[in-house]
Amino acid sequence: MVTFVSFSRHCLSWGLIFVLALAACAPPATPAPTVALTVPPATPTVAAPAPTPTAAPAGPTPTGAPPSPTPAVPGAPAALKIGIVTFLSGPAASPFGVPARNAAEVLIENLNAGKVPAPYNQKGIGGVPIQAIYVDEAGGAEKQVAEFRRLALEEKVNLVIGYISSADCLAVAPVAEELKVLTVLFDCGTNQIFEERDYKYVFRTHAHQVIENVGAARYILRAKPNLRSIAGINQNYAWGQDSWAAFRDSVKKLKPDVQVVGEHFPRLYAGEYSAELSALLAARPEVIHSSFWGGDLESLVIQAAPRGLFQQSIVVLTTGDTMLPRLGRDVPKGIVIAARGPHGALAPKTPLNDWFVKIYKDRYVVRPVYPSYHIAQAILGVKAAYEKAIAANGGKWPTQDQVIAAFEHLEFETPSGVIRMALGKGHQAVEPVVLGITGDFDPAIGEVKLTDVIEFPAECVNPPDGMKTPDWIAQGFPGAKCP
Amino acid sequence: METLVIILIDGLVYASWLFLIAVGLTLIYGVLRILNLAHGSLYALGAYAAASLVIRYFDRGLWPPGSYFLMLGAAVAVGLLAGPFIERGLLRRIYNRDPVYQLLATYSLFLILEDFIKLVWGVNPYFAYKPAWLLGQVWLGGIPYPAYSVLLIGVALLAGGGLWFFIRRTRTGRLVVAMIYDPEISMALGVNVPRLSLLTFTLGAILAALGGAFTAPTLSVAPGISVEVIVLAFAVVVIGGLGSPEGSAIGALLVGLVRALMVHQRPELELFAIYLVMALVLLIRPQGLFAREEVRRV
Repeated sequence: MVTFVSFSRHCLSWGLIFVLALAACAPPATPAPTVALTVPPATPTVAAPAPTPTAAPAGPTPTGAPPSPTPAVPGAPAALKIGIVTFLSGPAASPFGVPARNAAEVLIENLNAGKVPAPYNQKGIGGVPIQAIYVDEAGGAEKQVAEFRRLALEEKVNLVIGYISSADCLAVAPVAEELKVLTVLFDCGTNQIFEERDYKYVFRTHAHQVIENVGAARYILRAKPNLRSIAGINQNYAWGQDSWAAFRDSVKKLKPDVQVVGEHFPRLYAGEYSAELSALLAARPEVIHSSFWGGDLESLVIQAAPRGLFQQSIVVLTTGDTMLPRLGRDVPKGIVIAARGPHGALAPKTPLNDWFVKIYKDRYVVRPVYPSYHIAQAILGVKAAYEKAIAANGGKWPTQDQVIAAFEHLEFETPSGVIRMALGKGHQAVEPVVLGITGDFDPAIGEVKLTDVIEFPAECVNPPDGMKTPDWIAQGFPGAKCP
Repeated sequence: METLVIILIDGLVYASWLFLIAVGLTLIYGVLRILNLAHGSLYALGAYAAASLVIRYFDRGLWPPGSYFLMLGAAVAVGLLAGPFIERGLLRRIYNRDPVYQLLATYSLFLILEDFIKLVWGVNPYFAYKPAWLLGQVWLGGIPYPAYSVLLIGVALLAGGGLWFFIRRTRTGRLVVAMIYDPEISMALGVNVPRLSLLTFTLGAILAALGGAFTAPTLSVAPGISVEVIVLAFAVVVIGGLGSPEGSAIGALLVGLVRALMVHQRPELELFAIYLVMALVLLIRPQGLFAREEVRRV
C-alpha cells in the first residue's frame, strides 16, 4: 500500500503535467495568434438553443421551402442549396454565431415567402426557393475545411455563406477556389484575404476589421484635437493585435506627438482584468482602445465601471454595439461605441432596416446585432447577384461564372445601407464606419441612446483597390476622402 | 512607491480568487488522492447559481446587501448538493483504480457538468454585477478600486482562516491532516475513511462554489468559465505542493504577485511569467514548495 501510494503520487505528478499540457493546448484556452475567433469548448458539440422560446432547429437542418408558384426560370434547380456556417456552440456562439443564424433563418423564410420589401420582393432567388443547411463553425480551421468539402462534395450545395473566425476564412478561401464553389464570407475580420491574393469564387460582403479602427482614430481626434496619450487593452491573438495596431498607427499618423502609455494583451477569455485596469487607471491615458468582444467585453465593462475608468478616460469599444441590448440601462455614459460598420444602433434609418429589425425582434425579442446585419448583407448580396445574372442571361438560370461576373463590383441595398463590392477586384465590400457616444437610457428602446454620431464614408476609411491596408495607413491614408 | 502598493493590491486580489479554488483542489487531492479535473465545474456551478439568484433578488427590489448572504447561501447549497452526489456517485467507485483511470473519470465528469450547465442555464450570459457595484470605491495607492475587491480578499481570508482553524484545531480537521500525511497509519488507527472523504470533498466543493459565487458579480457568467479557472488553479497547486492547503495559499500569493508585477511592468510576459514560476518550482522542488518529501518505503 505504501509503495502503491508513492507510486501513484509519482504517476499523478506525470498525469498532472500531461493534463496541464493538454489544458494549455486544448482548444478552449488557445490564444494562439493565428487561431482567430474559433476556439470551441472542450465539450461535445451541442447546437446552441436560440435565445428565445422559439427554438430554432439545431444542427444541419434544411429549412424546408415550399415549391414556389412563381414562374420558374428556365434551367433553374428546384431549390438553391446554401450551406450556412456560423458558430452554434462555443464562446462565440451566443454573441455572434446565434444572432447570425437567427437573422439568416428569419430572412430566408421571408424571402421564400416573398415578403421582403422591394427590391427583394421576388420569391426566393429569382423565384427559386432557398434551402439552407446550417453547420456549426466550432472546431477549428481544419475541421471547417473538412466541413466545407462535405458541403461541396456530398451535400452539393450551390454556394456557401459563412465564417466568423478569420482563421476559418483564411483556411477555407483557398479550398473554395480549388473546388470552384461560390463562397461568401460574411463576418470574419482579417484584411489579409483579398490583399494577399486574388480570388475568383470567394466574395466578402462586409468591410474588414481595419477600417473601424481607422474610423475610431478619426473620431477620437475630432472629439479631442489636442489628444496627447492613448492606451489599449486587446485580446492576445490576431484580432486583438491587428485591431490595436491599426488604431495606434492611425492615431500616430494623424497626430504624431501622441504618446502610447500602455499596451495590454490579456489572453482570450481571461475574464479577470483587475490588474490591467489598475495599470490603465495609474497611467491615466486620455483615450483607451479595446476590440474586446462577447463575454470578455462585458466583463471588462462590468469591472471598469465601478472604478470610474469611463469618467477618467474616453474608452473606445470597436464591437461595443453588441453589449448595448445586453447591459441595458447599466451601460456607463461616455463610451465611444462602434459596430463594425453601420449596424445595430448605428444602422441607417431606412424602410428596409426598419423592416429587418421588426421581423427579427418579432421572432427573437432582442434586436439584431452586427453579425445579424453581416449575414443579411451576404444573403441579399447573393440574391442581388443571382437576379442580376438572370436578367443578363435573358431570363434564363445563370451559370456559376455568370453569377460571379454579376457579383463583381455589384452595388446592392441592405439594412446597413448600400453595399459596394469595391475592393479585391470587385470581391471585397466597403462600408462606412459609424461611431457614437453612449448617453442616457431610453426606456422606449431599452438601451442607452447614442449621441454625437458621426459617419465616416467608405472612401474615408477604406484603402483604394490594390493597396494593402497597413501600407495605406503607413503612407498617411493616400486617396482618403473624408468630410 | 504607489506602483508598488498597486502591484501588491492587484496581486492580493488575484491571489484571493485563486486561493479559494486551489485550496479545495489540493485538499481533495490530499485526502482522496484524486486530482479532480471537474473542480472548475464546481466553481462554474457556484457562479451560475449565485448569478441567477442575485438577478432574481434584485428584480424583486429586496434589501441590496442581502445579496451577499444569498451568494454565500448559493455556494454552500451547491457544495452540499453536488459534493456528496459526486463523491458518493462517482469517486467512491474509483478510489483504488489506476490514477490515469481516475483522471479520465473526472475529466468526463467535467464534460458532463459543462453540458449540464448549458442544459440548465442555456448558453447566454448572466449579468449579476449589482453586488459588485453596490459598495462603491476605495482609493488605494492613488487609484480607485472597487470596494468589492476588498470584500473578496476578506472572503478568502475568512475561508482560509476558517480552514486553518478547522484542520489544526478540531479533531476532525486533525484527522484530515493525518490522512494527508500518512493515509496508511491513519487507516490502521481506525479513521473512518469514507466519512472523511465525503466531508473533505464536500468542503472542497463548497470552497470552489464560494469562489465562483463571489466572482460571478464581476463577470459575464457564460459557458467556458470553468476552463479558465482550472488551468491556473493547477499551476497554483503544483507550485504549493499537491495536497498542501498552506502551499496553495503561498502558491496563490506567488502567482498573483508575479502576474500583477508583470501586468504593470512587462504586460507581454504576463502568462509566461506564471508558468516560468511553475517550471522553476518543478525543477528545484518537484514535489512543490510545501509538500513533504515522500519517503519511499518498501
